[in-house]
Amino acid sequence: MGAITLERVTKAFGDVTVIPGVDLEIADGEFAVFVGPSGCGKSTLLRLIAGLEDVTSGTLYIDGVDATALSPAKRALAMVFQSYALYPHMSVYNNIAFPLKMAGQDREAIKRKVEAAAGILNLTDYLDRRPGQLSGGQRQRVAIGRAIVREPKAFLFDEPLSNLDAALRVNMRLEISELHQSLKTTMIYVTHDQVEAMTMADKIVVLNGGRIEQVGSPLELYRNPANVFVAGFIGSPKMNLLEGAAAERYDAKIIGVRPEHIELSTESGEWSGVVGVAEHLGSDTFLHVQVDGIGSVTARASGEFSVSHGDRVWLTPPPDRIHRFVASGEAITP
Amino acid sequence: MAREVTRRRKITFTVIGWLIGLTLFFPILWTILTSFKTEGEAIATPPSFLFFQWTFENYFEVQSRSDYLKHAMNSVVISLGSTGLGLLVAIPAAWSMAFSPTRRTKDVLMWMLSTKMLPPVGVLVPIYLLFRDFDLLDTRIGLVMVLMLMNLPIIVWMLYTYFKEIPGEILEAARMDGATLGKEIAYILAPMAVPGIASTLLLNIILAWNEAFWTLNLTAADAAPLSAFIASYSSPEGLFWAKLSAASTLAIAPILVMGWFSQKQLVRGLTFGAVK
Repeated sequence: MGAITLERVTKAFGDVTVIPGVDLEIADGEFAVFVGPSGCGKSTLLRLIAGLEDVTSGTLYIDGVDATALSPAKRALAMVFQSYALYPHMSVYNNIAFPLKMAGQDREAIKRKVEAAAGILNLTDYLDRRPGQLSGGQRQRVAIGRAIVREPKAFLFDEPLSNLDAALRVNMRLEISELHQSLKTTMIYVTHDQVEAMTMADKIVVLNGGRIEQVGSPLELYRNPANVFVAGFIGSPKMNLLEGAAAERYDAKIIGVRPEHIELSTESGEWSGVVGVAEHLGSDTFLHVQVDGIGSVTARASGEFSVSHGDRVWLTPPPDRIHRFVASGEAITP
Repeated sequence: MAREVTRRRKITFTVIGWLIGLTLFFPILWTILTSFKTEGEAIATPPSFLFFQWTFENYFEVQSRSDYLKHAMNSVVISLGSTGLGLLVAIPAAWSMAFSPTRRTKDVLMWMLSTKMLPPVGVLVPIYLLFRDFDLLDTRIGLVMVLMLMNLPIIVWMLYTYFKEIPGEILEAARMDGATLGKEIAYILAPMAVPGIASTLLLNIILAWNEAFWTLNLTAADAAPLSAFIASYSSPEGLFWAKLSAASTLAIAPILVMGWFSQKQLVRGLTFGAVK
């Protein structure tokens, strides 16, 4: 059980308002990801839920109970920090056992639970070591182990993978997703990486300047971004956002079209341009094309599409794939 | 960047290192040697280095004339007392400044340090008058208080820098794991801060032990620690080098031994946080 509800929650540090007012509902068992550029307030929002920062105004409910004034210890949430925040003077065993000791559980129960968690996380051989003797990935596992043993109402992850190298990050991403599927506990995950958000989330919360820009499933956000910000933030490479004459042809101030939706041809099409940089990834090639009268447009081609710097290509955006926005940024719904 | 270390270079640096070390140690060695000489030999020119009539006479004389043990006990009480009391005040202060700083925390720290820039003699008269009016002159408790206050800025600063090194996220993790403030301090903060607290303790015992200005001015006989005891041997009757040396040797011996055994701790404490 771990439904979390925020009602008009605000946060100000002195005169600076970081979160001007957030309403949000996260259902029990949901994997919610807070995503946004750095400084958008996503970590602050997580820390408000954790109780590590005091809410300036508004109410926070955990399982329907007002938890706004509860201390972090009493909220029964577990948190995994970016720096792992392991206790350096304790062995792996004692690190994982710490929350159980704090809860006053007996020695036998602690031993059983720590060993079970260590088994799940492949840490059984390392229980006697200190955190300093572990690799980054192992430390991350210890931090997760410490979170899962106490069977919290919800897990909070604060950019847990950003200190790991790229290959390990992909593995851990998978492990956390698998963990969520087996535990079915609410998870709130903060990241600035939209790939992590897309791959892991049931629900993505896009934040910008302390405000929620849009809430929805990954594909909802991808298909129907509510505004220019979400359109530009979700999806990789970024959606092409064009203004001026190109947009006016579609009765909009701004239009957006994703690189993967643009049709490419070496003979004819709607827009004509010259290839600036071609990034070959093997399976795909990303072309940065200088389109006449429009500017730089990114398009995705298959790996076999053979062009190089200076070649002329033609791009055609399929009309049903074009996102239209008004001047203030909101999407025009068809 | 690896540098080639030749044999000759190594020998040269070893010799230079030892020379500097011995030069620094020489005054202490000379004091110890002089303490075993007779007064006549102590002032002889040219001085004899090792080949003289060794005698313990000065030590007996010093003990019988001015009761070394009483002064040593005063030194122990005053240095341990002022350091202990200082830590009691400084730990919560440094704690709050390190972990929940306000906009004025840096100013408070600077202000505390600035009190150390005032020459002590500037406040001698008011403090002397206060001591006189409160009957604190020549009492151990008076000295404990004044030395505690004198060293407090240093204790707070040292502890503050150590505590700063402890990542706040670890404390937050403990809070998330269900630790109350008491348990957070007992299980996480204190064990992590032990090296810092220990070196602060050692350094302040040494500072208080060697403190002479306040002990000389505020004590006469009853509460005089070893620093006042040494000074009593450079008396109006003349300078008795051998006895003064014996008194000095006795006074520095305990702290020298303590420093020797805790040098690893001290060096670690003083360079703590210099290199991540």
